Amino acid sequence: MPIINIDNIPYEVKEGKNLLEACLSLGLNLPYFCWHPALGSVGACRQCAVKIFKDQEDTRGKLMMACMEPVRDGMRLSVNDSDAVAFRGHVIGWLMTNHPHDCAVCDEGGSCHLQDMTVMTGHAYRDYHFSKRTYRNQQLGPFINHEMNRCIQCYRCVRFYKDFAGGKDLDVFAAHNHVYFGRQQDGTLESEFSGNLVEVCPTGVFTDKTLKQHYTRKWDLTTAPSICQGCGLGCNIIAGERYGSLRQITNRYNGAVNGYFLCDRGRYGYEFVNSKDRIREPLVVHSPDDKANGLPVLQHVRNRMKPGKVIGIGSPRASVESNYVLKELVGADNFYIGIGETEHELVRLMLKLLQEGPVRSASMQEAAAADAVVILGEDLTNTAPMMALSVRQAIRRMPVEHAISSIHMPAWQDAAVREAVQDDKGLLFILNVVETKLDELATGVYHTAPDNIARIAFAVSHLLDGTLPEVTGMSEEGKQAAATIAAALRGAKRPLVIAGYGGGSEQVIRAAANLAWALKQQGADAMLSFTVPECNSMGLEMLGGHRLESAVDAVLNGSAETVLVLENDLYRRLDLHTANQFFNHCREVIVLDHLHNPTTERANIVLPAGTFAEADGTLVNNEGRAQRFLQVFHPQGAIQESWRWLLQLADLCGHTSLRSLLHYDDLLKAIAAQYPVFTSIDTITPPADFRIAGQKIPREPHRYSGRTAMQANVNVSEPKPAEDADTALSFTMEGYRGEPPSSVIPFFWAPGWNSVQSVNKYQVETGGSLHGGNPGKRLLEPNVNGQTKFYTNIPDPFIPVGGHLLLVPLYHIFGSEELSIHTPGIAQRMPAPYIMLHSEDAHRFQVAAGHLLYFMDNGHQYALPVVINDTLQKGAAGIPVGLPHMQVAEAPQLVKI
Amino acid sequence: MFSLLRSMWLVFLHMFHKRDTYQYPEQKAPLPARWRGRIALTRDPDGDERCVGCYLCAAACPVDCISLQATEDEHGRRYPEFFRINFSRCIFCGFCEEACPTYAIQLLPDFEMAEYDRQNLVYEKHDLLIPSQGKYPGYNYYKIAGLAIKNKDKGEAEQEEPPVDIKSLLP
Ligand code: SF4
Ligand code: SF4
Ligand code: SF4
Ligand code: SF4
Ligand code: FES
Repeated sequence: MPIINIDNIPYEVKEGKNLLEACLSLGLNLPYFCWHPALGSVGACRQCAVKIFKDQEDTRGKLMMACMEPVRDGMRLSVNDSDAVAFRGHVIGWLMTNHPHDCAVCDEGGSCHLQDMTVMTGHAYRDYHFSKRTYRNQQLGPFINHEMNRCIQCYRCVRFYKDFAGGKDLDVFAAHNHVYFGRQQDGTLESEFSGNLVEVCPTGVFTDKTLKQHYTRKWDLTTAPSICQGCGLGCNIIAGERYGSLRQITNRYNGAVNGYFLCDRGRYGYEFVNSKDRIREPLVVHSPDDKANGLPVLQHVRNRMKPGKVIGIGSPRASVESNYVLKELVGADNFYIGIGETEHELVRLMLKLLQEGPVRSASMQEAAAADAVVILGEDLTNTAPMMALSVRQAIRRMPVEHAISSIHMPAWQDAAVREAVQDDKGLLFILNVVETKLDELATGVYHTAPDNIARIAFAVSHLLDGTLPEVTGMSEEGKQAAATIAAALRGAKRPLVIAGYGGGSEQVIRAAANLAWALKQQGADAMLSFTVPECNSMGLEMLGGHRLESAVDAVLNGSAETVLVLENDLYRRLDLHTANQFFNHCREVIVLDHLHNPTTERANIVLPAGTFAEADGTLVNNEGRAQRFLQVFHPQGAIQESWRWLLQLADLCGHTSLRSLLHYDDLLKAIAAQYPVFTSIDTITPPADFRIAGQKIPREPHRYSGRTAMQANVNVSEPKPAEDADTALSFTMEGYRGEPPSSVIPFFWAPGWNSVQSVNKYQVETGGSLHGGNPGKRLLEPNVNGQTKFYTNIPDPFIPVGGHLLLVPLYHIFGSEELSIHTPGIAQRMPAPYIMLHSEDAHRFQVAAGHLLYFMDNGHQYALPVVINDTLQKGAAGIPVGLPHMQVAEAPQLVKI
Repeated sequence: MFSLLRSMWLVFLHMFHKRDTYQYPEQKAPLPARWRGRIALTRDPDGDERCVGCYLCAAACPVDCISLQATEDEHGRRYPEFFRINFSRCIFCGFCEEACPTYAIQLLPDFEMAEYDRQNLVYEKHDLLIPSQGKYPGYNYYKIAGLAIKNKDKGEAEQEEPPVDIKSLLP
């Protein structure tokens, strides 16, 4: 490893890095703006100047931009040289000539990289007294606030939005000292990743609009490490609270999962926590002759649990802990997985394939390093948004690797490399029933029915490995597609196959596994990634339980009378008719949930369950990584974790094993002991008695304000702060001030680094893993020894049936998820219900766009307005999933029109 | 010996001086303008609230006795939705005043705040807001900041050029 001398001290640094990265990785403070660990260097801001000396004799040296200079062995440089220091101070001075006097009213203040760098350079007083340039702002939609006066022209926003995330509607306009960063005209930013501008922009030009509604400075937030509940990828987030409401979600860096970014559903979907529909107190429906009025609510619950007639229904959006306690409480025989048939079959299959197959499930970071990607039956941007961003990086990275070897440039030389790459893209094949947003990047795109997708994938496997069965009766187009894909995959070293719940087809998932296995057999380091529908779908499936349909049967035939429903709206799982029938036959329905929904309306007792912000819990993401979210704040009212409600109930019922679980750690140990798959679940975060220097880890920064005034209107004597007996974190600002273990970092802050850029100080190297390793524990590893059991059953091709349409599910990042739509901005971007048809089918059924199409499913009539899309497979009809008021029709299935 | 006698003589002379003791409360002590007493929220020269809800006073307060919530009107002007000082905790250090970028929060020469009930020492915004500019007349933060508010569009603050026409090709 090269040795460089910084201010006459030799340091060992990593080859291939630039000087800025090297300095920051060494923990030195060197100001910068335009460089970003994920975006590379362009040398636009001139802020990172250092002095570089030719040799030991050279005393004059040259000022150079650290972000543009690669490290070379034996090189000598100075960060503290007086010329360099003065230069950096001047650069800030120039950047500030037009900067408004806004800090007091700027949402970035207190977590502003520009403020930090200004203080770091020492140029803290304005010495320019002439007039300032001003701009008009734009309306950029419900998520992002625009205040263009504050721009310092670092170009990070467009480099992220256009180059990194593939957005098209944000750009730089005008010329010379008038450059303008915005849209061509006012309008909602289209990218699903627009929220990252808030963190990427080092100033207050782009700020979080939902935060603005209840604005709080970073130093005033009570924060905790958390996990996004928006989809099955489990991105790491920091959630912040003030005055009893959740205020903001920011990225929590995890080098193996989401890196520096989040999608907009994850960042903005938090407002359900503050919703007026929250259940805050237990609700009990009494019959007139009920004499038990006034008893504690759990007593009521116990009274209504008829021994031997109680069943529990789990949930993929509840933690492993809550599901486990429910399963123990009602007994494994009476525990049902609260998801629809199709979804259950799909996730169970995925789990089996990842456990038994020889190919590893890819983390998002590994996915971004793939050198060929095949997506089967999945609209990733809408089903697993951040995975789509990883795929974009893979596609971007592949040609870069070729280019850098020919032009001898390091990959961080962003502008030069982009110039060399031009429009070259890596290998990406997308097979889906309709067009997707990633299609524009793809080498090959095929729009066809799920069964045909599976057939093409089987055919590719056959072409790669002749011993696998051949697909007969392929269409010409299908044959061609298979041949192209097979030819492209043959040279790949790290190919990635992605499939998942979006296609709704088991055949596609089998075909995907087969393809990845075949690639592995050919010697490639193949990876497989399955998307799962909800934040804990995988964890629930690992825990296991009976099908929801058998719960319905049990109630209908009278073998079960009392139903305990855990954080689940069964009206989203069963069709309206079945759900009504189910509830009509239940004697007692006891529901634990966050928000009022159709299921709670059918309940006799409702218990207020804590959301991710008010609870501790563990989720298992699609990769099989178990990750812990920690409680952010102590909620008002009776809200508590579902597992705590259930443990208290178990205690009341005298349940033998659950009674002995007094602490959260006991619960984790019990799960780990009982389920081999969850063996390491109790070691994801340090235990509750973990202390550093005898202290807990504070959720509040040392500048937290207002402790003696915030509740003084109620009572001037401050109440005792809440105590956290479950984790190593405290709810106050008292505690250890240094760096906590990576799995329990409540906020990123370092002296002089108040903004999110302080994450540098928590990493082994810039863009690398956190100190002590990235948080989370993988529970799934491939089965490398043993014979791979390839699938040989090839589905029949899809043939449209007269008078019928094949309903296929279509997902929407804004709308398909149950909880996030309680954020007004997300609800605003949600599509209206529709049914998508090919124009020929529309013609066949004599409807046009906007007309209502009627169809029957399970004895129920549905009427949906028609949308025409000619990329859709003929004979199929797309229906959006999960939208409110969109009654469930299981998809995929064949329906009569 | 001499200094001892001299001191006694000076003390003796004081018997014939004017009294320094004020007969409080009948007689009020004249307090200098910079005296750090009761805290008030002042108004700008236009009579609008000066406080922009920046939270700096709250962060500076060593006993954490200030809490507020920022909000904004329909034209983008920020102001505190509520603003509370718990005077039973306040130590009148004046850090809040020093931190305030808008001269909104000021310590006034008034100390007569005693209460029998501690709860009455909790002041809300309507208790704090005074119809005066306090010690710093003339300063209007929004005339200097770049944020547009009602009756002050972009480019209309002090030392601001009119907004850039980004469609212009002129150099
Ligand atoms: S961007 Fe930073 S420096 Fe500029 S006004 Fe906002 S907080 Fe202040
Ligand atoms: S808007 Fe922000 S990110 Fe974009 S150039 Fe300006 S300061 Fe940089
Ligand atoms: S991709 Fe999924 S887990 Fe990640 S931020 Fe978006 S919704 Fe959350
Ligand atoms: S420092 Fe001044 S402007 Fe800021 S919140 Fe306090 S009183 Fe208001
Ligand atoms: S960070 Fe080096 S020039 Fe901007």
